[in-house]
Amino acid sequence: MDPEAAKLVGAGLAAIGAGMAAIGVGNVFGSFLESALRNPGAADGQQGRLFIGFAAAELLGLLAFVVAMILIFVA
Amino acid sequence: MHQFMIEPMFGSANWELAGFNIAFTNSALWMLIAAVALWAFVLGGLKRELVPGRWQMAVEVFTGFIDDMLEANIGKAGKKYVPYIFSLFMFILFANLLGLIPLPLAMAGLHAFTFTSHFTITGVLAIMTFAIVLIIGFAKHGLHFFSLFVPHGTPVPMIPLIFVIELISFLFRPFSLGLRLFVAMMAGHVLLEVLASFVIDSSNAGAVWGLAIGAPAFVLMLAICALEILVAGIQAYVFALLTSLYINDAENLH
Repeated sequence: MDPEAAKLVGAGLAAIGAGMAAIGVGNVFGSFLESALRNPGAADGQQGRLFIGFAAAELLGLLAFVVAMILIFVA
Repeated sequence: MHQFMIEPMFGSANWELAGFNIAFTNSALWMLIAAVALWAFVLGGLKRELVPGRWQMAVEVFTGFIDDMLEANIGKAGKKYVPYIFSLFMFILFANLLGLIPLPLAMAGLHAFTFTSHFTITGVLAIMTFAIVLIIGFAKHGLHFFSLFVPHGTPVPMIPLIFVIELISFLFRPFSLGLRLFVAMMAGHVLLEVLASFVIDSSNAGAVWGLAIGAPAFVLMLAICALEILVAGIQAYVFALLTSLYINDAENLH
């Protein structure tokens, strides 16, 4: 395969990571909402942990974006 | 892409200090605007009225929010970090929100610049946090600070392995902290630009294409703009939250 084409294919494949991160972030908020509706009293105290989980899941998706950018513009 | 270009302003392109170019760039200009806006915002709330007005209430909501966050994450010792975390949070929040403003003067070359979409800036903010963690950690606990890398109850044979893993994850923190903010802001702005190019290109291709593709893309762009305002707040909050967690590690060692 032409290296230029391989780079673009690789960048496209990196977008899978963004979709996976979407599943992860959705899972974090979905699970939070599910349990928050069961016990609304405890929900507010867990918001910090909610956002830590969100940040951790989101970071991996953003890394996929960085990989795509590096493949297109740097490599 | 033009919106991410850093350009010298006011004829300062050739300013030099010890061989380095120190031109006053549009990035620096927007940092200054964010700092001045933040200063003006807080100044309006410093009247110390017994019954707070709207403005003072707005400022107190933010300070109280940061205060509660540090109280919950660090405890009593968190009080002394309120000024730093508050400045950090508000500066990033103002930067993200100011960068989203669509200035009507875009044709004249004046457009909002989101300096948080550059790793140089977010990286420096992250390094500041990391430096504070290291300084506090070593000043307060000395070499005992290294016990941060060995969680309680680790079996002895596992200690070398866990130590290395924890050390790497600790050293990766400033990168992940800066990278998260920078990529989230940049990705949002790239997305807006791509949608805007859909609107412009399809409208140029004729009324039919404009209505079929441009109009839905425009509606989507408005929705994404609203989402970007949310992201601006969340990213500022996440940055402040993670900073407070890292400081908690230095302050309390697990």
